[in-house]
Amino acid sequence: MRVSDVVTKAGATATDASVLDPRIPEGPIQAKWDQHRFDVKLVNPSNRRKYDIIVIGTGLAGAGAAAALGELGYNVKAFTYNDSPRRAHSIAAQGGINAAKNYPNDNDSIFRLFYDTVKGGDYRSREANVYRLAQVSNEIIDQTVAQGAPYAREYGGLLDNRSFGGAQVARTFYARGQTGQQLLLTAYQALERQVGAGRVQVFSRSEMLEIVTKEGRAVGVVVRDLVTGEITSHSAHAVVLATGGYSNVYFLSTNAMNCNATAIWRAHRKGAYFANPCFTQIHPTCIPASDEHQSKLTLMSESLRNDGRIWVPVNPGDQRPPNEIPEADRDYYLERQYPAFGNLVPRDVASRAAMRMIDEERGVGPLKNGVYLDFADAIERLGRDTIEERYGNLFEMYERITDEDPYTNPMRIYAAPHYTMGGLWVDYDLQTTIPGLFSSGEANFSDHGANRLGASALMQGVADGYFVLPATISNYLVDWLNVDPVPTDDPVFVEAETAVTERMERLLSIGGTRSVDHFHRRLGHIMIEYCGMSRSREGLEKAIAEIAALRGEFWRDLRVLGENESLNQSLERAGRVADFLELADLMCRDALDREESCGGHFRVEHQTDDGEALRDDTNYAHVSAWAWEGEDTEPTRHKEPLEFEYVEPTQRSYK
Amino acid sequence: MDVRLRVWRQENAETSGEFETYEANDISPEASFLEMLDQVNEQLNATGEDPIAFDSDCREGICGACGLMINGTPHGPQRGTATCQLHMRKFDDGEQITIEPWRATAFPVLKDLIVDRSAFDEIIEAGGFITANIGSAPDANATLVPRTAAEAAMDAAACIGCAACVAACPNSAANLFTAAKIVHLGLLPQGQPERYLRTVAMVETMEEYFGPCTNHGECETACPKSISIDVIAWMNRDYVAAQWKNFRKQGQQV
Repeated sequence: MRVSDVVTKAGATATDASVLDPRIPEGPIQAKWDQHRFDVKLVNPSNRRKYDIIVIGTGLAGAGAAAALGELGYNVKAFTYNDSPRRAHSIAAQGGINAAKNYPNDNDSIFRLFYDTVKGGDYRSREANVYRLAQVSNEIIDQTVAQGAPYAREYGGLLDNRSFGGAQVARTFYARGQTGQQLLLTAYQALERQVGAGRVQVFSRSEMLEIVTKEGRAVGVVVRDLVTGEITSHSAHAVVLATGGYSNVYFLSTNAMNCNATAIWRAHRKGAYFANPCFTQIHPTCIPASDEHQSKLTLMSESLRNDGRIWVPVNPGDQRPPNEIPEADRDYYLERQYPAFGNLVPRDVASRAAMRMIDEERGVGPLKNGVYLDFADAIERLGRDTIEERYGNLFEMYERITDEDPYTNPMRIYAAPHYTMGGLWVDYDLQTTIPGLFSSGEANFSDHGANRLGASALMQGVADGYFVLPATISNYLVDWLNVDPVPTDDPVFVEAETAVTERMERLLSIGGTRSVDHFHRRLGHIMIEYCGMSRSREGLEKAIAEIAALRGEFWRDLRVLGENESLNQSLERAGRVADFLELADLMCRDALDREESCGGHFRVEHQTDDGEALRDDTNYAHVSAWAWEGEDTEPTRHKEPLEFEYVEPTQRSYK
Repeated sequence: MDVRLRVWRQENAETSGEFETYEANDISPEASFLEMLDQVNEQLNATGEDPIAFDSDCREGICGACGLMINGTPHGPQRGTATCQLHMRKFDDGEQITIEPWRATAFPVLKDLIVDRSAFDEIIEAGGFITANIGSAPDANATLVPRTAAEAAMDAAACIGCAACVAACPNSAANLFTAAKIVHLGLLPQGQPERYLRTVAMVETMEEYFGPCTNHGECETACPKSISIDVIAWMNRDYVAAQWKNFRKQGQQV
């Protein structure tokens, strides 16, 4: 499949170049995945060893895919910039993973999980993908239990569930507040088993810096060894990017320090369309920033909203300590505004509500930049022991960071960039617009629409890595049977290596005065101000101009010391920030282009009378997929229309 | 607050290193330890000196990437806390702080405070898994797991693989790390078929790289997840049992 095959020129205009075909299987939604698995072209077991596959990233979507592909019999090379696959940021997911098991007997079903996810995403996701995700969710729990994930149990030995935002059923499986850790460790262990079996080779401290294409298809990657600086090429029949999201464009986010967009951005520049870049999630329950040197923000799991009550003082500027503010002077604003869902409204709704409280000068804490999350009632009702059992490690983490005891004082929380729903555009097979280049997990755009529900990121990461990609990739591979990978001395590799080397040299030779972090922080300020929780035409236009100026300054005044041929962390970061500076521009353009509010994308010009996101289904029920046109040329927006056959779009209401 | 740092600087694995002294001034007590180092690095960059290299990623105590020997104690003075969660309020104004990398033969220094911990991956590769091919699992509730077993397995599974246990041990033993994984999987019904095979494979791989355990208990004190050395006794018992048990009669693979 070539880009030209997917893109049909229907109703093209200047800004609306073409319509993308996601190649969704025919048939009723319940049967699509089964039918597709039957229709997919297969590679027989004895032929699989003839194929090389590169996987970039070793989080759930990457380690999972590498392990699964290794088990199937393919030759896999897995790359991570960390010192071990086990460090990938999937490890930090806290609260849990959704599945439609309906073990609690509360009317859950695959259809309900599908429905909640489409609704939670504010009707901007692809129905067929979401339904498949809900179907696969049950297999995930089965699989990870078999691999030894120590999920929470009832006394009888059966699995326990809890509830999460945006749902009225308890469908979240969890391992204390470390669910991501336990799931990533099962994937890492499965991966290491394949390393032992000789099916997977892991390259740690290795960062992918370029995708290599030949005749329009992906044929390999260029990688920098982060210890020696050596730049090498690796070729394969197919490449999978499972490199996570780009929340670090905001500088301060809940992402790990090294999370970056370089892999997907390099792919974008080589022809992979970037879908819905402006769909970002600002998570409502994070520990507020405490000073200007803060390097990251720490999430407090959404699961805390099961038992914690969110409030602010009724009166602006109320300086009393929280425990001295009587009930009458407290505003439990989520319970007041959204009685049906209360403290468990979806993340976008909770974050914006908190933002309004801060805007009304009812914020709490020394910098007036938080709201209270109070466990006093829950401790009185359930006892301290129960709360400690459920959230002990989270309370401890909070205490470490703030030096306050959340058992006796309400936590202070505020919103922080956390997850990016946007990412590389992929079809139903998770293939990007570059044939042979696939993307799984947070790196792609496919399942969460304009807002992701809690406990769904782990679900998507495992689903893509363990179950979807290993099932669909043969559809592409089968045509390349007995064709050797392009040799790494081919001109396409030599050129790509040269480009990477020159880029490193360019970054090192600027010889300016400012550090990488200086530019990254300034970019973060622009993005959170103008492309964060609320966006306006005026602000976005200003941001685009400021980003362009900052990018110019970056390339004139950056100082990176040292050399390429050694371990050089400033150089690593410089390349990532250079790519963030380009991605930030695209995010703002997408936010500007989307003249509606939906999910986490809130344009102040488009809101209901009571301040909720106001969608425009007539004009914007589509995925915006952007094509790179060159450094000084505006990108082109392509569209994938979204059709809703099973869930009728309505104004989301959690009241 | 102001602190004086003595930091281990080393160009790469081949060269020898030495301590350098740096002043870190006007540090907020609210800053984390690594944010303090970030600020020192900003100063170094401004004055044209090579910034201090150190590993860190999640900065919320779960990924295990960070790990510094602070005043001779792995992860510093606060019990049950990884370096990234340590805050400057735990230090005194004017204090001198010595910062070193993990020291163990199995962990060569790559640069400054960064070491190579890949021997840990090899221990996991040897057997730290349950063989359950993807797609072949029974229903998740088909096997009952006593709650106490799940909770105890979780206590051990909380290990973040930071290697503070090795750094703390006078013998550079990796017994706490290895035993935590053996106990995590060995307590669960799903882990039984490979229990003894796993124990033997992991212990013997561990012994290729690391020293022997002589029950000092430093590892437990240093562990940022407070994993109990009870797991080492559990591992030793299984390892000894594996030496005399008739594997075939136990339904275990040889």
